[in-house]
Amino acid sequence: MDLGIQNVSKAFGATAALRDVSLSIETGELVALLGPSGSGKTTLLRLIAGLETPSAGAVFFGDEEASRRSVQERQVGFVFQHYALFRHMTVLENVAFGLTIRPRHSRPSKQEIERRALDLISLVQLSGLEGRYPQQLSGGQRQRVALARAMAIEPKVLLLDEPFGALDAQVRKDLRHWLLEIHERTHYTTLFVTHDQEEALELANRVVVMNEGQIVQIGTPDEVYDHPAVPFVHRFIGESSELPVRVENGQIWFDDCPTGLASDRAGSGLLFFRPHQVEIAPEGSRCLAARVIGSRRLAGTRRLELSVGQSNRHVEIDVPLEHPVAQKQVVFFRPKVWTLFPTGDKEQARPETVGAKLVFPRSAAGGTLRHYEPSVS
Amino acid sequence: MTDHAIMLRSALTETPTVQRWLIAVALLFLAFFLFLPLFAVFSEAFRNGVGAWWEAIIEPDALAAIRLTLLVAAISVPLNMVFGIAAAWAIAKFEFRGKAFLITLIDLPFSVSPVISGLVYVLLFGSGSLLGPWLKSYGIEILFAVPGIVLATIFVTFPFVARELIPVMQDQGTSDEEAALSLGASGWQTFRHVTLPNIRWGLLYGVLLCNARAMGEFGAVSVVSGHIRGLTDTMPLHIEILYNEYNFAAAFAVASLLVGLALVTLVLKTAIELRFAD
Ligand SMILES: Nc1ncnc2c1ncn2[C@@H]1O[C@H](COP(=O)(O)OP(=O)(O)OP(=O)(O)O)[C@@H](O)[C@H]1O
Ligand SMILES: [Mg+2]
Repeated sequence: MDLGIQNVSKAFGATAALRDVSLSIETGELVALLGPSGSGKTTLLRLIAGLETPSAGAVFFGDEEASRRSVQERQVGFVFQHYALFRHMTVLENVAFGLTIRPRHSRPSKQEIERRALDLISLVQLSGLEGRYPQQLSGGQRQRVALARAMAIEPKVLLLDEPFGALDAQVRKDLRHWLLEIHERTHYTTLFVTHDQEEALELANRVVVMNEGQIVQIGTPDEVYDHPAVPFVHRFIGESSELPVRVENGQIWFDDCPTGLASDRAGSGLLFFRPHQVEIAPEGSRCLAARVIGSRRLAGTRRLELSVGQSNRHVEIDVPLEHPVAQKQVVFFRPKVWTLFPTGDKEQARPETVGAKLVFPRSAAGGTLRHYEPSVS
Repeated sequence: MTDHAIMLRSALTETPTVQRWLIAVALLFLAFFLFLPLFAVFSEAFRNGVGAWWEAIIEPDALAAIRLTLLVAAISVPLNMVFGIAAAWAIAKFEFRGKAFLITLIDLPFSVSPVISGLVYVLLFGSGSLLGPWLKSYGIEILFAVPGIVLATIFVTFPFVARELIPVMQDQGTSDEEAALSLGASGWQTFRHVTLPNIRWGLLYGVLLCNARAMGEFGAVSVVSGHIRGLTDTMPLHIEILYNEYNFAAAFAVASLLVGLALVTLVLKTAIELRFAD
């Protein structure tokens, strides 16, 4: 079912948890809600589920306004941040709960309920554990029970609040793939909250980035990563370095030095680039000169911490492990892919991104292919 | 053991001598104030043998007192259970104005002397009040009758269940209920299948304490009962009357029943706490 959120605001006393949020989600989409702690993600999910009422605006299920529907009538599968499993019920009873409490005329038979619950338990790969109580399960297993329980009511919309929040990195990765598989099989319209950007980029058809109760960007993983709409998105998603710059005569200047980057905008701005999207430049060419102040080993590369210019701005770049610059005191480099956000009175102006090609502007369902720029050679 | 370990030990715990002293003091205290009276009650009750004890119990006035006590408990405990659940639910799961005030009100019977609680009902329903004569004109007796005893008992015992449940419910939060609602459960189904099982041990514990107090209450009941033998005497009141008549054997025989109730409550409470622990 299509889901529409129109100009929704929510205030708790003096705190505005959501401010004028609009979003529409198509049937079968897998959408990630990404944002720092306290940005209003859980509040948005609870509004959709009917567990909170909006202070302003409306939520639509298809064409129908949802405010007239009670929580029970919305048929929303909600997986809570801390599972909220019923501790006095077994796994089987937990999963079957949504069916067993139905009014008699719409309730399947006992055998049918059990069959369906067991099917779901095997879908979430917990066959054999149906007789256990929640306390006897690991975190990842509980998570999957919560998901099976939410899916038992054949939800119109599936809402997952930080489904993998409390789990360790390896389990998260496994569950991620598995969630993708389940989504491909069921095609439930799914909205999941995460504050892990990697998770959002890998899983979602579309990513909704939130900050301080507002949606700051909605786009495919490629769009939000390669074409961030505001500096916040660039900083929040992926690694990023930034420098305050000036544009004069078609050149971008930093600290009275030309950077070798060209732009047709005039005025001051913020130059953003990612550590792995830079190239080492020959000395004397137009580029950024920096002192090396630190060097760290990452999995496949070496990360250099640099101090640039007289104003000693700190940025980070990646170089190949064996690259000779890793031993040097001074490095010359130039961003290959960068984004310029105008500042000052041109605050509202659109950012300019150079070097990134939008390979998958609006991916279809399951489109999680990613395009990376080649790193320093 | 290394020096370091010795130092750690003595920093964290008392020396063995001090420990032994503390335990001895605690045991002595218990022996004097608890075991000795307990022993005295039973030895007095059975001084003249089991036959005499039984005679004292089945004496008509004693039987009437036992029956009245059971009746009062049977009315006030379920009512307080419902009230306690409702109050704890409201306090733990909702935010509203005057919540702190409500909590204070619930504690009121704990902070007011039971005699005062009884006097309040005398003021409300006595012959000098507005309500008393009006009710009397319809043939309803409150004071010096069973209704007054029930009212006073309810007042004195209503904090027990609520006090027991509020922390349990606050601890559990609302997420289980929200999950049940989102799965399509109605309000009643949510309460019946999710909330109630979650609080059952706390509830049972609260009900036990409430019952023990309802059966044992003396002060408030004494004020409103009028001490009509065989009619408005509960067990504690009956014990006092027997005692004042120097009928010690009978007094202690009935008392042994109340002490027995206390012991059963204690055992059940411990059993529930063991259950809680896992
Ligand atoms: N019931 C409430 N009463 C008062 N304030 C609330 C309530 N629920 C949320 N808030 C506030 O609303 C804001 C958004 O909260 P929300 O729980 O939606 O954040 P979140 O994005 O889910 O954060 P996290 O990633 O930490 O879970 C926060 O500032 C929070 O303090
Ligand atoms: Mg949250």
